[in-house]
Amino acid sequence: MELDFGPEAEGFRAEVRDWLDGHLVGEFAEHRGVGGPTDAEAWEVRLAWDRELAAGGWLGISWPKEYGGRGLGLLEEIVFNYEYARAAAPYRATCSALDLLGPMLVAMGSEAQKRRFLPRILDVSELWGQGFSEPGAGSDLASVRTRAERDGEDWVINGQKVWTTMGHVADWLYVLVRTDPDSQRHKGLSMLLVPTDQPGVEVRTIRNLAGQDEFAEVFLTDARTRADLVVGEVGQGWRTAMGTLGIERGATLLPQQLTFEREAEALLAAARAKAEAGQLDPELRARVVQAWTSVRIMRTTNLRTIGELLAGRDPGPQSHIAKLYASTGHVRLGHLASELAGPAGQITGSGYALDTRQRTFLLSLAETIYGGASQVQRNIIGEQVLGLPREPRP
Amino acid sequence: MAHHTLTGTYTEEQDELRKVVRSFLSKHSTEADVRDLMATTRGYDPAQWRRMGAELGLQGLAVPEEYGGAGYGYVELGIVFEETGRALLCAPYLATVALAAEALLRSGDEAARKDLLPGIAAGETVATLAFTEDGGSWDERGVAAHARRTATGWAVTGAKNYVPDGHTADLLLVAARTDAGLSLFAVEAGAPGLVRTPLETLDQTRKQARLDLDAVPARLIGAEGAAWPVIERSLAAAAVLLAAEQLGGASRAMELAVEYAKIRVQYGRAIGSFQGIKHLCADMLVEVESARSAVCDALWALEADAPDLPVAAALALAYCSDTYTRVAGDCVQVHGGIGFTWEHPAHLYLKRAKSSEVLLGTAASHRERLAVRLGL
Ligand SMILES: Cc1cc2nc3c(=O)[nH]c(=O)nc-3n(C[C@H](O)[C@H](O)[C@H](O)COP(=O)(O)OP(=O)(O)OC[C@H]3O[C@@H](n4cnc5c(N)ncnc54)[C@H](O)[C@@H]3O)c2cc1C
Repeated sequence: MELDFGPEAEGFRAEVRDWLDGHLVGEFAEHRGVGGPTDAEAWEVRLAWDRELAAGGWLGISWPKEYGGRGLGLLEEIVFNYEYARAAAPYRATCSALDLLGPMLVAMGSEAQKRRFLPRILDVSELWGQGFSEPGAGSDLASVRTRAERDGEDWVINGQKVWTTMGHVADWLYVLVRTDPDSQRHKGLSMLLVPTDQPGVEVRTIRNLAGQDEFAEVFLTDARTRADLVVGEVGQGWRTAMGTLGIERGATLLPQQLTFEREAEALLAAARAKAEAGQLDPELRARVVQAWTSVRIMRTTNLRTIGELLAGRDPGPQSHIAKLYASTGHVRLGHLASELAGPAGQITGSGYALDTRQRTFLLSLAETIYGGASQVQRNIIGEQVLGLPREPRP
Repeated sequence: MAHHTLTGTYTEEQDELRKVVRSFLSKHSTEADVRDLMATTRGYDPAQWRRMGAELGLQGLAVPEEYGGAGYGYVELGIVFEETGRALLCAPYLATVALAAEALLRSGDEAARKDLLPGIAAGETVATLAFTEDGGSWDERGVAAHARRTATGWAVTGAKNYVPDGHTADLLLVAARTDAGLSLFAVEAGAPGLVRTPLETLDQTRKQARLDLDAVPARLIGAEGAAWPVIERSLAAAAVLLAAEQLGGASRAMELAVEYAKIRVQYGRAIGSFQGIKHLCADMLVEVESARSAVCDALWALEADAPDLPVAAALALAYCSDTYTRVAGDCVQVHGGIGFTWEHPAHLYLKRAKSSEVLLGTAASHRERLAVRLGL
């Protein structure tokens, strides 16, 4: 299906298409369709591709001009994401900073923070990691224990973070810490920007189930950062973090969409080939139809949200169910693709080199965990969208 | 490749239409009205049917103006179907508007359109499509009824079964075979040789009938032998509208469950604070909103008369059938014992869901169509 974004968008859209045609070549073209929000595959190439995008002025399309953005609107952002996904360009390596930290700084950062950090996100000269989770604070993020104390012009930080995507290559971390030692739960937390290049920060890579170096644990021992590197107000870090997670839960679905569609097409092609050979059993056939259906529904759900946003209205309840539906459906699709491949699908390249299907299958399992696990999503939908009473909390 | 402009959102005018229809139905299709009407054989209130036509123009909403309608699009019609589904409206609306009017519109028979559509649009005519027979199949091969030429026109012989509102319709569009193939005929309610028997149905809110035809005089609609593509296309339209109706029923059943989960206390807490119930309700919303996406997609395809309408329609009907049945069943579950009683409305939704699932072909048969269209 082709989308018509209306006459205002046509010029911009043509510009995006032309640029992608001209630049998505060579090594970049070979890595079409590669990557996902937490996929370390082809990291170096994808980083180079991000720099290519930066040089073309395609990062931060809706960010203010004075910080290196293009100063355009939501429509252009959406058109770009759509064309980008259509061209199957590699998934942006720096998505965490682009999709999460950047918008948070634009909304809540100080003037000095914006000037200092935003341009370097946009020219891909500084890489970022998100330091929210801890060994004892995953779904229950309000129980973070990493603490920071003032020491003159610095914060001194002690504690441990975990599951930091691309933490081992990050130059900076944005971390949620307890700045009021006597505080409970979501009170007394602050959001700090911390450089990793110092003796107090030790980063250990964690290998994921696909064998990739994708995330890391971070040990903070008297690590330091400047007092003015608090985003938002001291003690209001929960609010800042929730703003980020709100972005995480909504914005990342659109670029994923056409990836899902490509996977669904590949699934169909594989199933057709089996059907022609008389080897598609009825149960698998029915599940292929179901998987294809769910991908088409995800697309319409996204379009409904985009339509509401562009009309300047609050997106409806569908925007709250999109993550749960998409992540659940994607895991099902991954399992099915794996089953359709039969025994040959179980054979990897040498040194556990996985093909696209194998990687997708394994990595999709993260989507029902990060950014709010499915069970927690259901709590949120039940309580915040349907207005059901809260669970009793300690 | 279908093109469409991003219209994921309703216009003010469409919101207004929804309000007007909802307010009308909240007065004229209350639970008490539904229970009264479902206990009758006729199954609807003729005075209310005329008001729906004359005051609100609901029967002719999407009928072009040249045939006496209001000339709105399918997105608007979808809104009305959603609302009738929420209210469990007891009226021959689906039969008349989604089945008969669609078949006439798509028949290519200008004279028939001019003669027959204005009465439908005005709310004067109740009409239906008599296609299925004892096998209940919506496939071309399922039709055994046949027609032959007479001195004055045509005569149809055969038996039709599971015909929505077949016992009350003024106008019956009957599918029958001639030497040239499948053809469509208009038969009037009082025609000689026609015997109509109301059926007792599990879902009492939508009536069905059996028709026995013995050389019943009939008028050929469209070209002889050319009816299947017409019926197939109009069935796709009807499927989309039925899916919209299912969506409305499912979303209302979900609301009932959620409202109850907030007030019913067990173990000292509202049951909605337990994850077993909370997650069930959250999953209902996931299903209902996903069904809404399926319906939106199909309504866009219908509005644009897109080539992939059959795909979108089959997908929407299959998906909404599953959603409605599941949500209506969970609505009973959330209500516990009270949900299992005749007095509570939950069973009305459950039964409407089960009957809608098979009304225009089973959900499985629509999924089968989808599989074939996808080349599987
Ligand atoms: C690939 C990947 C990348 C990530 N990247 C980052 C990153 O860059 N930065 C970062 O800070 N974090 C990151 N995370 C961490 C992620 O946010 C957490 O894993 C997630 O919040 C879940 O926390 P947990 O792993 O501690 O699981 P837990 O919270 O221990 O959950 C375990 C299970 O219990 C269930 N559960 C928990 N609470 C409830 C409840 N109240 N009711 C019902 N069920 C419940 C969960 O649904 C889950 O199934 C990443 C995770 C993954 C998998």
